[in-house]
Amino acid sequence: MTTTTTEQTPVRGGSFEERRRRVEAAAYRIRHSALNMGEVQGQGYVGQALGAADMFAAVYADQLTYRPEDPHWEGRDRFLLSTGHYAIGHYAALAEAGIIPEAELETYGSDDSRLPMSGMSTYTPGMEISGGSLGHGLTIAVGMALGLRHRNSASRVINFLSDGELDEGSTWEAAMGAHHHQLGNLTALVDINALQADGRTDSVLRTEPVADKWAACGWHVQRVEGNDVGALLSAFDAVAAEAGLEGRPAVILCDTRIGRGVPLLETREKAHFMRIEEHEWQICREQLTNGYEGEGK
Amino acid sequence: MTAAPTTPRLKTSAMIASFADPGQKTTPAPFGHALVKAARENENIVGLTADLGKYTDMHVFAQAFPERFFQMGMAEQLLFGAAAGMAETGLVPFASTYSVFAARRAYDFLCLDIAEPNLNVNIVGGLPGLTTGYGPSHQATEDMAIFRGMPNLTIVDPCDSVDIEQAVPQLAASDGPTYLRLLRGNVPTVLDEYDYSFELGKAKVLRGGADVVFVSSGLMTMRALDAAKELARHSVDVAVVHTPTIKPFDAATVLGEVDTDRLVITLENHTEVGGLFETVASAVVRAGLGKRIVPIALPDAFLDAGALPTLHERYGLSTARIVARTLAELG
Repeated sequence: MTTTTTEQTPVRGGSFEERRRRVEAAAYRIRHSALNMGEVQGQGYVGQALGAADMFAAVYADQLTYRPEDPHWEGRDRFLLSTGHYAIGHYAALAEAGIIPEAELETYGSDDSRLPMSGMSTYTPGMEISGGSLGHGLTIAVGMALGLRHRNSASRVINFLSDGELDEGSTWEAAMGAHHHQLGNLTALVDINALQADGRTDSVLRTEPVADKWAACGWHVQRVEGNDVGALLSAFDAVAAEAGLEGRPAVILCDTRIGRGVPLLETREKAHFMRIEEHEWQICREQLTNGYEGEGK
Repeated sequence: MTAAPTTPRLKTSAMIASFADPGQKTTPAPFGHALVKAARENENIVGLTADLGKYTDMHVFAQAFPERFFQMGMAEQLLFGAAAGMAETGLVPFASTYSVFAARRAYDFLCLDIAEPNLNVNIVGGLPGLTTGYGPSHQATEDMAIFRGMPNLTIVDPCDSVDIEQAVPQLAASDGPTYLRLLRGNVPTVLDEYDYSFELGKAKVLRGGADVVFVSSGLMTMRALDAAKELARHSVDVAVVHTPTIKPFDAATVLGEVDTDRLVITLENHTEVGGLFETVASAVVRAGLGKRIVPIALPDAFLDAGALPTLHERYGLSTARIVARTLAELG
């Protein structure tokens, strides 16, 4: 990882327990912001944002090196959101990271906002790529990792993708390319929520056994509970300890739950685009806060 | 098959046939050598290919700069996505494959990862138009039609080795993405006989003529110049305007030549749909000129396999067919 000072990256280090608490607190705030954004819009990919909030939090509150006031600082680690519709969660993470003002979140999806429904690098500070056409992110990530290594940069590339993107052949072109070029500076985070636009992943296109596929492509593979912050941090630590040294790209397969943190939504029929009634937003926020505080945090 | 032919049938040559005439002056691998030269000046230039380095003259660069060459495998989506990623780190990638694969197979990646962020990625497409006898799987007869609709993309259709040598450093220096219709191998050297230099975005009048105006791009400029010489023997005086940049199009220069009483013919190594002819036609209509234009182009059809000379004759791209068509139009 790039050498940094405390001015460059807001919070780092501490004991494992301190890191875990910091990331869980960030994840709580990301979820809270996502609910607020969803309420302003009256809709949105809130279910995905809640499900992936722990992953975003682990990345921004523990892993990434960056300068909030200079999102294009050359020495930054790159976080690529391939899954453009997860932007709602990413914006909340960018606000949590201090890269965009928290007050701006309420413009999500509105005309002339810097925060469009599907994430684009040309609109939003800190957004590295324009995702949305699925299966692109990992190909760009391979090029970035190659380019950074070529330029003798120690920066890392983390690509966030969804399990739906495992349907795309380009994802596997990139997986093979990353291994061929021994990109130890590349990590893929796969959100396995087992749901895609037309329904359950195993009914749309069966991608399991997912771990075996990545392993066959030569990657360092871990599969964890993606809503267990401790498991996520341990996985990142294992990547730092193992994959980089071996010059292998690493994938962390994260089994997550859509709507995580809000029981009302966790138990609702799973949908790609979740409908939430006007009166339910406050209930969602209360359930989120009760759950977070109830765990003694 | 019918009765035996009276002359021996020509055979489809290897993948990349030369379209140089017998005895014509040629230059070997002008793109590869130009890229090496440009890379000596600009350390950010890198080369990528999708298992077609030897067939796009990228191997010349790979030999000169092995540490700046990246083999991406037969994976065109990865090729262009990765080129975008490399450009995001400040490098200036030249990424080569065949035009058919760039235009048809990897379009989404060129469009969203390269063109939308307006990155300096230079797409190098081999076998543009009808430059191989392998049939529709390899003949990129509609590549310009596909690419002209892509915002931010500059499209260059060079005539010869002179164009390619001079274009490469300009493509590297221009900020946004470019698409080069590559001519590779022993490429004819034609434009050195004219008072000409390649300027990105500019059309050039190579010769004046009182009776006919040829507006041409790519290898068809070479044929246009040959046809003009031949037509002089028929006492027909032909001007030739070369428009190697298809987009953005130098309408001012072309319209200056078109807006006369002369017969105007466009010549392109591309389907008559969506290429040079329609580019000129739209400029003419926008300017309010009620001018008839004759297209010499490939038909709107999947083309035959076979030997290139046979196919160029069959589809009207040969010098003899251009001369005959011009004389017929003049009545």
